[in-house]
Amino acid sequence: MTILSPPAEKVETLERAAAQGRSLWDDARNRLFSNKAAVVSMIILGLLILIALFGPMVWPHNYKEINAVGPLYPPSLSPFHPLGTDSQGRDVAVRLMIGLQVSLAVGVIATVVSLIIGVAWGATAGYVGGRTDQFMMRFVDVMYAMPFIFFVILLNMVFGRNIFMIFLAIGAVEWLTMARIVRGQTLSIKGKEFIEAARAAGVSPARIVTRHVIPNLLGPVAVYVTLTIPIVILAESFLSFLGLGVNEPLTSLGVLISEGKSNMEARPHLLLAPGFTMALALLCFNFIGDGLRDALDPKDR
Amino acid sequence: MQNNSAPSSSSNALSRLASRFPTGYALRRLLIAIPTMLAVITMAFFMMRAAPGNPYSTDRKLPPEVEANMKASLGLDKPLVQQYAEYVGKVARGDFGPSMRNKDKTVIELIGEGLPVSLTIGAASMGIALFIGSLLGVLAAIRQNSFADYSVMGLAMFGISIPTFVTGPILSLVFGVYLTLFAVGGLDMGRMNFNNMFLPIVTLALPQIAIISRLMRASMIEVLRSNYIRTARAKGLSERSVLLRHAAPAAALPLVSYIGPATAGLLTGSVVIERVFSLPGVGKYFVDGALNRDYTLVLGVIILYAGLIVIFNLLADLLYGVLDPRVKY
Amino acid sequence: MARKTAFMAAALSAVALTLTACGGGGSETDATTLRRSIGASPKSVDPHKAEGTWENDVIGDMFIGLFTEDVEGNPIPGMAESWTTSDDGLVWTFKLRDANWSDGQPVTARDFQFGMRRILDPKSTGSAYGSLLYVLKNAQKVNSGELPVEELGVKIIDDKTLEVTLEYPAPYLPGLLKHYVSFPVPAHVVSELGSGWVKPENIVVNGAYKLDEWRTGDFLRSVKNPGFYDAENVCFNEIVYFPYSDHGAVVRMAQTGKLDMANAFPNERYEELKESLPGWPRVFSMMTTTYVSLNNQQAPFDDKRVRQALSMAIDREYITEKVMGAGQTPVYGLVPKGMRNYPEGAQITWKGLSRADRLVEAKRLLEEAGFGPDNPLKFEYIYRSTGENPKAAPVIQANWLEIADWVQPEIRRVDTQVLYKQLQQGDFEASDAAWVADYNDAFNFLYLFDSRSGPMNYGNYSNPEFDALIDKSHLQLDPVARAKTLRAAEQVLMDDSAMIPMWTPGRQYLVNPDITGFEPNVEDIHRSRYMCRKSLKEG
Repeated sequence: MTILSPPAEKVETLERAAAQGRSLWDDARNRLFSNKAAVVSMIILGLLILIALFGPMVWPHNYKEINAVGPLYPPSLSPFHPLGTDSQGRDVAVRLMIGLQVSLAVGVIATVVSLIIGVAWGATAGYVGGRTDQFMMRFVDVMYAMPFIFFVILLNMVFGRNIFMIFLAIGAVEWLTMARIVRGQTLSIKGKEFIEAARAAGVSPARIVTRHVIPNLLGPVAVYVTLTIPIVILAESFLSFLGLGVNEPLTSLGVLISEGKSNMEARPHLLLAPGFTMALALLCFNFIGDGLRDALDPKDR
Repeated sequence: MQNNSAPSSSSNALSRLASRFPTGYALRRLLIAIPTMLAVITMAFFMMRAAPGNPYSTDRKLPPEVEANMKASLGLDKPLVQQYAEYVGKVARGDFGPSMRNKDKTVIELIGEGLPVSLTIGAASMGIALFIGSLLGVLAAIRQNSFADYSVMGLAMFGISIPTFVTGPILSLVFGVYLTLFAVGGLDMGRMNFNNMFLPIVTLALPQIAIISRLMRASMIEVLRSNYIRTARAKGLSERSVLLRHAAPAAALPLVSYIGPATAGLLTGSVVIERVFSLPGVGKYFVDGALNRDYTLVLGVIILYAGLIVIFNLLADLLYGVLDPRVKY
Repeated sequence: MARKTAFMAAALSAVALTLTACGGGGSETDATTLRRSIGASPKSVDPHKAEGTWENDVIGDMFIGLFTEDVEGNPIPGMAESWTTSDDGLVWTFKLRDANWSDGQPVTARDFQFGMRRILDPKSTGSAYGSLLYVLKNAQKVNSGELPVEELGVKIIDDKTLEVTLEYPAPYLPGLLKHYVSFPVPAHVVSELGSGWVKPENIVVNGAYKLDEWRTGDFLRSVKNPGFYDAENVCFNEIVYFPYSDHGAVVRMAQTGKLDMANAFPNERYEELKESLPGWPRVFSMMTTTYVSLNNQQAPFDDKRVRQALSMAIDREYITEKVMGAGQTPVYGLVPKGMRNYPEGAQITWKGLSRADRLVEAKRLLEEAGFGPDNPLKFEYIYRSTGENPKAAPVIQANWLEIADWVQPEIRRVDTQVLYKQLQQGDFEASDAAWVADYNDAFNFLYLFDSRSGPMNYGNYSNPEFDALIDKSHLQLDPVARAKTLRAAEQVLMDDSAMIPMWTPGRQYLVNPDITGFEPNVEDIHRSRYMCRKSLKEG
């Protein structure tokens, strides 16, 4: 089948029509910014991200360096180790920043991986429909019955604790729900008039999906993304807790928690500091996710 | 489905429910479960083999002949595809083979020893989570936007955000070592009791309580706004009766569909709990087995877990259908 | 609020009900039970399939070889009553004592021959540790299938007399014949039941205790064997072994009175435990050396200067005293202190330099070898994910970084199984490695660097001078002259910087001060049959 390229101006109007939903976005933004918990969370999360990114650069200690004070030094301002040192004698505060950095990176990158797979899979299944849809979603059903975290552990074995592989592995198993949500949305959008119109105008299916379907998925996907990041961070820390996490001298919140656990009797702050940081970050993501959902789908409140 | 026995008035409701039981659907679902399980086995089998290392290497180098014999005795000398086919055939007959590292026991024996512990922890914490979680959810919903609502939802947020491997060690330190109220780890010579199971179960239940209370609250709010609750109130039913007899059961429906994912979550969680509290459960076998490349044990545990997830997903769907008359199969 | 409390109470009592229903009352173990934590789950309790020290804890309580150990780990006659040695040291004839298996059958020379043939027969157990018996005549050829098992140098003279022929004189033979690889097994049971003979319902033993119950990952329970030849001196009626690997959990159990002894505790808590569990922590060294294995055949470590520079940079004192701090000692040689007939080991020549001087010299050596800002030294150090190694690795990396910023090591944590595979295949640059002596003799360390040891010589070190000294030692029957030769060999190794000696990992035990019969020893063997509770002795 040959696809004729549609007259340019026609496509233009159609796209403008599709973008008409924008005022909805303004409403949503207003609702989101009037949600105190979400706003506070965004501020805190912003600060955490800044600290994670730039903290290690300005901090007087390097995260690999062994300090003169020796291991398990208690928190002190002079010498400057506000959170003391770890069992090797490295500054805990800077390691906490690095750990936060790695955990956030794992969360974001794995979520992006899951986003790409999930959106591609779900949108294709939903848009193409028929046999293809049935087959693709049956595959998702099959995958749902997998004890995922176990497959992540196995993937980890296969790739030998490579941090990029941890990103990919977690992303590769977290896309299922995303695919379902996207498919559902796609099905409902597919029936809308502007899609019919675009199709009638001869716009190619790939273009319809990328220019019309996917932009309209943004709302639910955004919500799901903010809720996936904390799940991924938890998954990574779970692996680290089992001793399968990132490699030294890098660290992650999970690694720090697991190390802190073994010293918790003598130095409880080594468990509490990363535990609190992780809880704070996850709380922020969850509140923002909740806020986004309420903002985009006001009927719940 | 036919029901020929004359229904007595008391079992009337039950038999009506039973007559709604979709036998055909259940069978179809079980049939679909077969390729699902096959996919699980296949992926796990080849991933395990793709991992570097093998079950028999140690710090000592074996003479090549001995290594060959060891491989042969574990059946690892045959072509991979043949090993796979034989393994699937054996599993179909219920034979999971001997454990490759725990040389004195078979995989079935090992699972038989560990499963009761894992199941007890999982089932008990699920039970508690359902009970407390839905209570808190209902409470928050009927006092929506009150202080009680905010505190329940705030706590729930914390419950979701703090991982079990943080709460576990802290609880065992505080209640086990400092207050000596509960055992800090291990069983009591193979026996489970209140003393040694309380902390693990509570630790595992906490995040589930949080999730369930949030689900329950959202669904309860929706139900309370619905027409039939308004009707019930208008009929002059007591608030208590409206809530308990009408609203709560309807609001609990989404919880049913949560059972499937929750099972998966609990199984994963039990890996951490078993490690934190030194409990001899199946989750521990998996991690140890994976690290030691105990191929048969790892596969056995994965099959078990996947099977449990399939069964609980199916049960949840069936239950949902039985409870909600609107669902058609 | 009151209603909420009531709900809670109801929920809690529901939990209580569930638990009591599946639990049943907890029976306290009594004073005649010894509760030991052995640190890991045994993979097998068959002496011919075992591989680890924690398995030895269980197996050694159940079986007695020709020799056994006293409370300090020294070899003493076990099943052997007396023995004679030929003048050339090659033929040993053992007279067996009158002793029975736990099923009443006598222990005969056949059980020993059966056992040694079983572990070396390539078609039978496929044991990884059979190679320990290669000192027996034809053992290696039997193990590799070149000769039938009947050719093994172990002969039955009569029911109670066993003749063992060796490949070369081995003055350390008694120490080896108390190792589990040489244990007898009940031939009449094993040949009937096959591998199922070790199940609690089938097992037949000749030692002090007999396995009675085994729940994987939970506990093993052995009960006293009344038929043991020294049963009257055995104190505890029952031994329970706990396989918990979480050291923190083990400490908590000891603190709450659920354990009598444990073979590990977290190093960093040594000082604290001395306070909170007075009299419990015991630390001592053992015959193990941790070292960094360097791939001697590949750049950059084919250059002796590079190997020495990396060795000089490591702050062993900081690692052992500050990071570990519970009985570990820094080492500058391969053979640890306290080995039998080996009074003093070789030493690295630069040991006297201060750390600062060592770093300067290390930098000079590397520059001499051609490394510098334009040609950075890059390599990967792999380390095992178990024990103390993950704690030490970041320090080792930081130490190397201190030489100069153009020294750029990467470190990577690897599963133990994979690491050994990589070592044996020579697929590594630098790796952590440790050797636990199988028997108390310096040769057991030095043979690792013999160019003919094949893949056991991880770094592929090869020096004809070293090999010649090893050959020479085989022919020396006089322990003093032999020690001198072995020491010269070790010195060659140190002068070549063939590997980087790191530390002797201490053993960290928690032992209830009320338990008698626990003696620290370099072999780290502590048999339950020597132990007792003070209250039991008095009562």
